Amino acid sequence: MIILLIYIALFVGAFVAVSAIGHARAKAHDFTSLKTVTFGDESAVRPNRAASVISILVLFLLWGAFTGSKWLPEFLHAPGPFIGATEFNYTLRTADGSTDDATVTVNVYAAGADETAPEVDPGDGIAKNDSAAIRAWRSGLIRVDRNDELGREDGAEIVAINGEPIAPGGEVFVSNARLGMSTKGTLNFVPDKGWQMEPIWLPAPETVLKRTFEIASDGYQNFTLAEHLFWSLFRVIVGFLCGAIVGIPLGYAMGLSNWFRGWFDPIVEFMRPVPPLALIPLVIIWAGIGEVGKIILLFLAALWIMAIAARAGVSGVRISKVHAAYSLGASKWQILRHVIIPNSLPEIFTGARVAMGVCWGTVVAAELVAAEKGAGMMIMVASRFQLTDIVIMGIILIGVIGYGIDILMRIAEGYLVPWKGKG
Amino acid sequence: MSSLKIDNISMRFDLPNGGAVQALKNVSLELNQGELLSVLGPSGCGKTTLLNIVAGFLAPTEGKIVLGGKTVKGPGADRGMVFQQGALFEWMSVRENVGFGPSMKGMPKAEKKQIVDHLLETVGLHDFKEKAVYELSGGMQQRVALARCLANDPEVILMDEPLGALDALTREKMQGLVLNLWKETGKTVILITHSVEEALLLGERLLVMAPRPGRIHREYRLPFAEMGVNSDLREVKKHPEFNLKREEILSMIWEMEEEIMGPSEVAGA
Repeated sequence: MIILLIYIALFVGAFVAVSAIGHARAKAHDFTSLKTVTFGDESAVRPNRAASVISILVLFLLWGAFTGSKWLPEFLHAPGPFIGATEFNYTLRTADGSTDDATVTVNVYAAGADETAPEVDPGDGIAKNDSAAIRAWRSGLIRVDRNDELGREDGAEIVAINGEPIAPGGEVFVSNARLGMSTKGTLNFVPDKGWQMEPIWLPAPETVLKRTFEIASDGYQNFTLAEHLFWSLFRVIVGFLCGAIVGIPLGYAMGLSNWFRGWFDPIVEFMRPVPPLALIPLVIIWAGIGEVGKIILLFLAALWIMAIAARAGVSGVRISKVHAAYSLGASKWQILRHVIIPNSLPEIFTGARVAMGVCWGTVVAAELVAAEKGAGMMIMVASRFQLTDIVIMGIILIGVIGYGIDILMRIAEGYLVPWKGKG
Repeated sequence: MSSLKIDNISMRFDLPNGGAVQALKNVSLELNQGELLSVLGPSGCGKTTLLNIVAGFLAPTEGKIVLGGKTVKGPGADRGMVFQQGALFEWMSVRENVGFGPSMKGMPKAEKKQIVDHLLETVGLHDFKEKAVYELSGGMQQRVALARCLANDPEVILMDEPLGALDALTREKMQGLVLNLWKETGKTVILITHSVEEALLLGERLLVMAPRPGRIHREYRLPFAEMGVNSDLREVKKHPEFNLKREEILSMIWEMEEEIMGPSEVAGA
């Protein structure tokens, strides 16, 4: 909730700041900037690049702030967990009604730091001073009456913490911690957690980066990072190519022949709404968890998309173009080669972009289920060992590669079918 | 000399609900080599159907088309077609579009280049030959379509409202171009149009068709196409005879429209 509010505040704050800077600068005089009506005119909406950059920075800022990143100056950090020594008093009341106080010193230590309990002088009286060591973000039971002259088996019980009365099931807040009391009368010490995320839930960005380099050079689960990513990409490309090689001619046949259309329509229309992920169990049964199974799955994921794109490409040809080609003396094959195929290329490219996206998603999911290598397998195994840094690194890389694939496809599209949408 | 004979053509389309539309009934016509025919008529009179039958895209339910002694069985390179718009191949450059017909025939490159260059010169697009067709204006695109059709050296040129989507100025220029090309090449031309003025200017012979069923209503022989070759079309339009004919044909078409639609509400206002 607090994070959401901070995020909204940064969103608004950045908008105000950028607007102020924008007003100060000289205005451009292109057509869009001279429009007086822009609200409601979708064509006048351009992504504000400053907003995009700030948006990414804000994400990393929040990530760093709530994980105590070393990349950020200290004052930007969200309050961290309490670390250090703290103490509280407890009051022991014996069976005969006499009471005595004693002090408990607790060393709250960061993971990997010194975890010994401090030495304390037991002191006088029935109740003796105690000490304990508890790791930050964790909690621990402290049996403070264990070293006392009269313990709970003698009828003694703890009645107050720092003077505040406490009973079994109740709790008291002391400095830097919360103390609960179990039904049997043992104290449960919970040090303040602060607002930062524990590294096992969300590691700091530099940890993730360090881990990325580590895996890139040393590998994880017998394969380096590059190998994991290469295998995922390799499966996608092979599966997609197989799907395209079969799907595109199938789509053309469906677009050009009644018989093909009738024969394959029910199959395509049935398979299209089946998510490829639903085929994973069957593919594992039939082909196992090796490369063949993955490629069959990706082939099936790409096949229907490419067939439908090619079919749409054929149906989309203007009949006047076909007529023109006929009256210029072209044969059926020449019309297929010179009119129908080039005319369908923009549709096929759109289909290929969709298919590559679906294949990339499917391969990661298939690797999550079962694989020996691959980006999905890497993050799945890491998650079993609570290696959150690898999981986050994997997710970021999967996203970056998926985005990269789409950008490459768009560049190829602009280069290979410049006439798209110009017919 | 090969003449084009439209021999007693009838066309009926069966509708899915069991009815039928008589698009054309007993249309007969003979065109000599080098004649320029414009076809005019209210919407739904079967002009485009007739053109599609001559081109071979549709088979008539009765009658036949004979070109140079041979019955037309389907589309062929002897009948070139120019469409209203959107029939150019946007994945090819201007040069490739114009050279499409010769390429399909497997013509040697040098010969093809000569034809293409000559035609692009004729239609005034020599400087644009490497451009993509979608970079050209509507008028230029129609010039490419004309050149593409001529590159194939057809016996008959069929034009389905080729200038319908152009603005008035470009249209006038293009009308001049069509006339000059017709005279230069000596091709038989059938031109379908919605514009009475255009039909008068670009018709050595003018056919007015009537709807329901589509049939020939009236045929004219006109002097204006000859007058318009290599001269100012605006001068031709000032000719008193031109205006008389225009009024005559306009009221003829109005009458036909009223027969179908009922008297126009605007007419009395």
